[in-house]
Amino acid sequence: MPREMMFAEGIAVAITEEMQRDANVVFYGQNMAMTDRDPFVRKFGKDRVRLTPISETAELGIAVGAAMMGLRPIVELYMAEFMLVAFDEVINEAPRLRYMSGGQVKVPVVFKAGFGFAAGWAGQHSNCTYHAMMGIPGLKIAVPSNAADAYGLMKSAIRDDNPVVYLHHYMLMLDKCPVPDGDYLVPFGVADIKRAGTDVTIVATAWMVKKALAAAEILAKQGISAEVIDPRTLSPLDTKTIIESVKKTGRLVLVDQAPRHASAAVVIAGEVAEHGFKYLKAPVKMVTALDTSVPYSEPMETFVLPSEEKIVAAVESVLAKRVAAD
Amino acid sequence: MPNSSQLSRDRLIWMYTQMCRIREFEERVKRTFVEHPGVIRGHAHLADGAEASIVGCLATRQENDLVMPSYRCHGYPLVLGTPARALMSEIYQRKDGVCKGFGGSMHLADPTHHFPTASGIIGQGIAHAAGAAYAAQVKKTGQVVYSFFGDGSSKQGAFYETLNMAAVWKLPVVFILENNGYQAYTKIDLEDANAKAGDPLSQKAKAFSIPGVTVDGTDPLKVYDAVSTAVDRARAGDGPSLIESKFYRMSPHGNAITVPPVPTQFQEHESIEVYGNKAEFEAAKNNDPIKKFRAHLIAGGFFADPDAKKIEESVCAEMEDVVKFALASPLPSPADALNYVYA
Repeated sequence: MPREMMFAEGIAVAITEEMQRDANVVFYGQNMAMTDRDPFVRKFGKDRVRLTPISETAELGIAVGAAMMGLRPIVELYMAEFMLVAFDEVINEAPRLRYMSGGQVKVPVVFKAGFGFAAGWAGQHSNCTYHAMMGIPGLKIAVPSNAADAYGLMKSAIRDDNPVVYLHHYMLMLDKCPVPDGDYLVPFGVADIKRAGTDVTIVATAWMVKKALAAAEILAKQGISAEVIDPRTLSPLDTKTIIESVKKTGRLVLVDQAPRHASAAVVIAGEVAEHGFKYLKAPVKMVTALDTSVPYSEPMETFVLPSEEKIVAAVESVLAKRVAAD
Repeated sequence: MPNSSQLSRDRLIWMYTQMCRIREFEERVKRTFVEHPGVIRGHAHLADGAEASIVGCLATRQENDLVMPSYRCHGYPLVLGTPARALMSEIYQRKDGVCKGFGGSMHLADPTHHFPTASGIIGQGIAHAAGAAYAAQVKKTGQVVYSFFGDGSSKQGAFYETLNMAAVWKLPVVFILENNGYQAYTKIDLEDANAKAGDPLSQKAKAFSIPGVTVDGTDPLKVYDAVSTAVDRARAGDGPSLIESKFYRMSPHGNAITVPPVPTQFQEHESIEVYGNKAEFEAAKNNDPIKKFRAHLIAGGFFADPDAKKIEESVCAEMEDVVKFALASPLPSPADALNYVYA
């Protein structure tokens, strides 16, 4: 029987189970494990579960050093932007040390952070920063869109021998869905077709998957069959599943909460242009955030971010070219 | 740990030999820029002047203790037992390099000899060292981690964040601040508040409520004693210490930064090249740690001049062979570049 879990619960259960399974998994961050009543401290003790000061460079750097010596640290960062304070460790240390040492060391760390908090957190706490990390060889990026993936990707992230940036979307944290029983692992680099369709391919990540599925529902009522693909990990990126879908539908809409040139969408568009151009019956359409910082006030925030309506309009625009192309 | 007056004759001679090996290795690196231009690419940073400090520190190690240096990292693995041929081959971008040509001078690594990695980004290795100490603490291995970094690193956020966290967590790490007087090309009193005020840099330790001492880094026995105390404290579970080891870097920061095809070499030390202070450099040369330790061992009757010469000749022969070996080692195959991206 699948367990019904909230997204946040899926993450916590995955971490708990992996800590039970492997004594080398440790978990630390700011404002956690403050008392002996903390559930992780109660289960695993204060060696493996720790409170840190507000010191992202030291938190991530210590994780990197500990990982090289056989631990599997998970660092709780809360906000993806806090990683920017210590970006050297994310970009220029964790993914490079194995390579520079000629394969002599491994760095199995998980940098866990929420992102995309479109709830009035304004310019510095609402961003999507994954694009800056997508092109870094040696680094993996997980971006779950539901509780089952959140659970299964966290388990895979902890067991992976490489550094993983695990990004959970704050707007999804309370969403529930069934999580398969047992040791359910979601493999990295395998996209998931969240909804099958034949007329258009929509690729989206995290919160945008939810919006894309809502848009697909609206489109279905208009007789348009949209296929919704969630890459689930941005690095490695499963371009094969996307291109296979485009081969079938001939049309591609890319939905991304980041601004256009800082999006995963722009990378996917490039891959499809090189490897799937011959299957396209219309130009690729990107539905991204507008080129602004995220504004505080709600009507402005809504205005700059992708929405169901914008996705529906984008799909209609690529299908409008059907007559000309078909 | 015993103090330095209890070190055996064999151990003292071993220390002198290691100091000579570091100096000769670095001299060969420097000469390579002249004798074999193009063989060393990028940027190389030498440890000449640091020999007493490095050897005095590492002489306190127990078998499994770890060493995490900065990018100025040639000296430590020589003492830890990494074959000098593999180190020079790495610096010469060869397949037989300790990192197979993937890292170079700034990123030497040899985990099998307790040297996990070196970061080329100033200060970041301090956090990695504390992380290794955290692993030792959780796994209860009894290891102590030696974290080496320059005076310049002690102005990085990584230094302050890491020393604070290491103190709160009582990590088994010894922080060794190698004060060689220059932050890259900049004289220390132009950029360090303690130095500007005429205070020792070891007083930074007060900010973290941990012991901080300053030691003459040109005397391996004084270094040995200061570090022994810190290592004992770390191993006992009482947390980190900060040691400021003061010595003079005998070479400039690194080889001159040039754009190919302009060849690069080591120029004069910054004291002369930038600040026009030849007297400072001459004074440092007269305070050469190797010459001083040699005289000390002869005066103490641990060896005589001919014994010292024998050691120096054998070190010279070793490094002659090392250069020959590294020059003859093949370059990696281009497509090897695709290895080791992911584990």
